[in-house]
Amino acid sequence: MIIEGTAVIVPGDNIDTDVLYPGSYLNIDDPIEMKPHLFEGLDPTLCDRLQPSCVLVVGDNFGSGSSREHVPLAMKAWGVGCVLGKSFARIFHRNCINLGLPVVTCADAVGTARQGATIRIDSDAGVVEVEQQRFEVPPLPGFMRELIDSGGLVGWTRDRLEATEP
Amino acid sequence: MAHTLAEKILLAHADADDVAPGDVILVRCDLVMANDVSGPVAFRAMEKMGAERVFDPAKVVMVADHFMPAKDARSAALQKRLKEWSDEQGVTFYGQGRGGIEHTLLAEEGWITPGIVLAGGDSHTCTHGALGAFGTGLGSTDIAACLALGEFWQVVPDTIRVEFRGRKRPFVTGKDLILAVIDLIGVAGGTNKVLEFTGPGAAELTVDERLAVANMAVEAGSETGLFPADDVTAAYLGTRTERAWNAERSDDDASFAGELRIDLDELPPLVACPHSPGNVVPVSDAAGVKIDQVYIGNCANGTMTDLRQTAEMLRGHSIHPDTRAIVVPATQDIYRRALAEGLLDVFVECGAIVSTPTCGACFGGHNGVMGAGENALTTTNRNFRGRMGSGEAGVFLANAYVAAAAAVAGEIVDPSEIGP
Repeated sequence: MIIEGTAVIVPGDNIDTDVLYPGSYLNIDDPIEMKPHLFEGLDPTLCDRLQPSCVLVVGDNFGSGSSREHVPLAMKAWGVGCVLGKSFARIFHRNCINLGLPVVTCADAVGTARQGATIRIDSDAGVVEVEQQRFEVPPLPGFMRELIDSGGLVGWTRDRLEATEP
Repeated sequence: MAHTLAEKILLAHADADDVAPGDVILVRCDLVMANDVSGPVAFRAMEKMGAERVFDPAKVVMVADHFMPAKDARSAALQKRLKEWSDEQGVTFYGQGRGGIEHTLLAEEGWITPGIVLAGGDSHTCTHGALGAFGTGLGSTDIAACLALGEFWQVVPDTIRVEFRGRKRPFVTGKDLILAVIDLIGVAGGTNKVLEFTGPGAAELTVDERLAVANMAVEAGSETGLFPADDVTAAYLGTRTERAWNAERSDDDASFAGELRIDLDELPPLVACPHSPGNVVPVSDAAGVKIDQVYIGNCANGTMTDLRQTAEMLRGHSIHPDTRAIVVPATQDIYRRALAEGLLDVFVECGAIVSTPTCGACFGGHNGVMGAGENALTTTNRNFRGRMGSGEAGVFLANAYVAAAAAVAGEIVDPSEIGP
């Protein structure tokens, strides 16, 4: 899969899901209505920078804390194409994969990316390009790639249910 | 091949001849749980998957706890959806007045036995590691797949073994043990790993205190925090379940990603200062910070043990005139027991309020959220910026003794200055 987009920098490490999507809005279950509350506890103006297929560039242990899927659901609703980070908290990482939102771990690429930089990711080849600089990343394990290729866990599960129907 | 406890549990729930850290496997669930926040989002995903029925209604539990009782029309709609869905699917539903906070409730009701795998739509599902179960928090799409297929994908984790040595000093509880662990390894130190708690200091902990320790494993990034089952576990489960279980433990020659020791003889009561559970100091270093609200409750520390510790401190005192105090028994059963023991009267008499069981203000949802410029001292598990309301509020995490002492003093104090 090839992903190309403009970098939107989300500064800081250990950015938790409470600042990414405050708890008082957890009474919303429609992703479209979640959109305006993304980044609300961190920097609401970040939403103004989002554009279809942009690449969020994030620090270490991004998405720590709550399992609330509202965060990646709101990112997807904004059209975010990929999250490129130094490292990720486990539940956030798997939520992204399950929703078919590519997540790429590459600290060097994050260190290089400036606001608005063009980022190109070839997830099969394991290559991240930030402007003219090239970084290699280990490809995702086969099962996770399969999930992303199915468009996420919804598609993967639908296929599996259909395959097992009598 | 030698295995850790986590590997043994996962292997017993996978179609694999063997497992090793890094393997991606499908894990069968013995129990799938969601709440009024994660459930309705999962139901939407399940519909998109084309799944009409859950894999096994006997293995699914829904708990309305986050916005319970409903704070507004939207949260009322979520709870209505949760109940109607549960009735339609024929699964167990714990609603208002019949349950409480999901993790404390599931343990109390006998749903959890050592060695089971529990997929929960809440990050603090790691709490069930207290009973030797692989309880792990997942997002709503994961939960939807678990509801449909009874399985989730999992990267087999490494284990960090934590040995607690010595004996706890007065006013030190399970809360301090896990804060000490997070202080040592950091808020990402357990990422993609399991914590396993062993040693004489672990063996002496009651189940209530083990629940408090395991609960915050996720605050170190961990998938779960396991206490190998022992006599304490057996005594707790005795009247709660008739299901058979085995007391498994890690093999002696199993390989661990890390091993650390914490000497309880040296451990003082601790406080995690704003805005990170990893920002841990001895209570004496935080002394003097003015506290506007004390909040005692939540899935970490809303047990009978916590309420008794609170009452022990508050008897014969009053809540400081500039401080508000809220006590939240974690479940309806704990509420009744605390009522019968006279604890609730102690709280109310000295000027605290007692809330119905709810996740409430712990996640900034309702029922005691904080305003700008205020400080809270809580027995909850997260103190991220804005966690309990305003981003300009500070949240300090500590045990029930420290929390109750602060309620009396109006500021953070060493509990030995107030307590019996």
